[in-house]
Amino acid sequence: MNKHPREGYGAGVIEARNLTKDYGDKRAVDDLTFSVEPGIVTGFLGPNGSGKSTTMRLILGLDAPSAGDVTVNGKHYREHAAPLHEVGALLEARSVHTGRSAYHHLLALAQTHGIPKRRVHELIDLVGLHEVADKRAGQFSLGMGQRLGIATALLGDPSTLLLDEPVNGLDPEGIHWIRNLLKDLAAEGRTVFVSSHLMGEMALTADHLIVIGRGKLIADTSVEDFVARASAKVVLVRSPDLQRLRVVLEGPGITFEGGERGSLEVHGLTTEQVGDAAAEHGIAIHELTPQQASLEEAFMSLTRTAVEFGTPAKTPEEAAA
Amino acid sequence: MSALAPAQAIPRLEHTGRVTQARVFLSELTKLRSVRSTKWSLFTAVVLTIGVPAIAAAVFSHHWPQASPQDRADFHPLELTFVGVQISQLAIGVLGVLVITAEYSTGMIRASMTAVPRRLPVLWGKAVVYALVTLALMTPAVLLAFVVSQGILSGRHINIAFTHAGVPRAVFGAALYLTVIGLFGLGLGAIVRNTAGGIATFAGIMFVLPPLMNVLPASWNSAASPYLPLQAGEALLALNRGNQLAPWTGFGVLCAYAAASLAIAAVLLARRDV
Repeated sequence: MNKHPREGYGAGVIEARNLTKDYGDKRAVDDLTFSVEPGIVTGFLGPNGSGKSTTMRLILGLDAPSAGDVTVNGKHYREHAAPLHEVGALLEARSVHTGRSAYHHLLALAQTHGIPKRRVHELIDLVGLHEVADKRAGQFSLGMGQRLGIATALLGDPSTLLLDEPVNGLDPEGIHWIRNLLKDLAAEGRTVFVSSHLMGEMALTADHLIVIGRGKLIADTSVEDFVARASAKVVLVRSPDLQRLRVVLEGPGITFEGGERGSLEVHGLTTEQVGDAAAEHGIAIHELTPQQASLEEAFMSLTRTAVEFGTPAKTPEEAAA
Repeated sequence: MSALAPAQAIPRLEHTGRVTQARVFLSELTKLRSVRSTKWSLFTAVVLTIGVPAIAAAVFSHHWPQASPQDRADFHPLELTFVGVQISQLAIGVLGVLVITAEYSTGMIRASMTAVPRRLPVLWGKAVVYALVTLALMTPAVLLAFVVSQGILSGRHINIAFTHAGVPRAVFGAALYLTVIGLFGLGLGAIVRNTAGGIATFAGIMFVLPPLMNVLPASWNSAASPYLPLQAGEALLALNRGNQLAPWTGFGVLCAYAAASLAIAAVLLARRDV
């Protein structure tokens, strides 16, 4: 944790205010306001084509917002004198010249900041690419490309990391490594902002979630709250007298599922409401459990309306991928 | 692939430095020399620049005794020295286009612009590095082309001496000409941002536009043609002025084309999304 905090650590914060981006008629990012805090892993979650990559590009100044603003460490990315020390980025679409070796790719980027060759070698070893460091990047597998992307992101020892779908194409060992890496980086006080369309992946790594759909903010919440919000009103109840309980609980907006083998799933009521109603009518309860929706279910229920139906038009980020 | 190091072992960077134009020059030099196609294109340009006039000189020397009076009258030893330049200018121009468009086609441009978000230092870096590399390679290449081809022609005493008025200007001018052609290609590539489009634009302006000028009324054609990039630049390589601008005037016009293409590219680079 407090190994050797370089100056400025702990202050790495991404601030987006009413961030909006249009490509022609299509609004890719729609009035996003959020902030990303240091010291934790913040998951940036949304279905494919929901504007995650566009948001990442806006943060990095690759694209200019149509409206609104986004800053990193208090400045527009473009205004930083040493951007690679501020933000390390792994972009979803490959950003490597296919004819250049991994070593020369990293070296060319390092040289823009006067980062020594030794650092390039260290990172190649760190991500496990030293045996293929002189191979042309065009011959890399997707997983090797991702490792090169991670090395690129860590090159400048940045206080903020911006990773777009980092586990894509990685083998299980690599995925495990990335998860630990992200947690360690956050534990060192860095700001870690990582996008994914996979809810389960975020459940294992993220502390906080920013969820978008169709470019709009859907949720900005802790992982626990996110699940709680989606699953608060589903209760499993077991009782020897389900028949009567059901009559007691009936009301507008309340539905039941199951009912076999003495258990019933009640939708639309909390455990407290079910328990109180049972007590009031003297009905014995053998089990009363709030149903934890899986993160995946929570995600699906929250983004269902936000996902584009039909044949989605290609967003520029997909077209560029 | 070897086992991954534990994440805890991420080495720290003790010293941090800011982006400077000098550092971007070094970065662009690394980029240029670390791609195989660059080396091959430049190597090919050097070989063609020297080899083609050498072969042409040998052929001419061999046939000289049988050459007609008309052939002899049309023969100009210095023009023969530059036949390789005529070909290698295509390689140099196309490579100039590729230096920038390959970054767009591979996605490297996103990494480049993330490292240097002010963007313009990357364009200047590419332009300066490519110009210096081209000049450094093509100056000895055209000198060798002159020495070799004139050496062969001297067997028939139909060569031209380096001390002949205008020859040093034309020989060194050929290297300058190729350098600026490369910059013109780079500027066009940066505007178009697409390899096929960039090469087509470059080849169109350089080689397709001149013959198209013939559809114009003759007086317009002869007034406008010397100002086209190819004709303007080649004025620097010529000893006898036909319908051409003065050598350095013509070269200045070519430089203006290259400068204009780079200026437009710079404005677009600063404004457009990457």
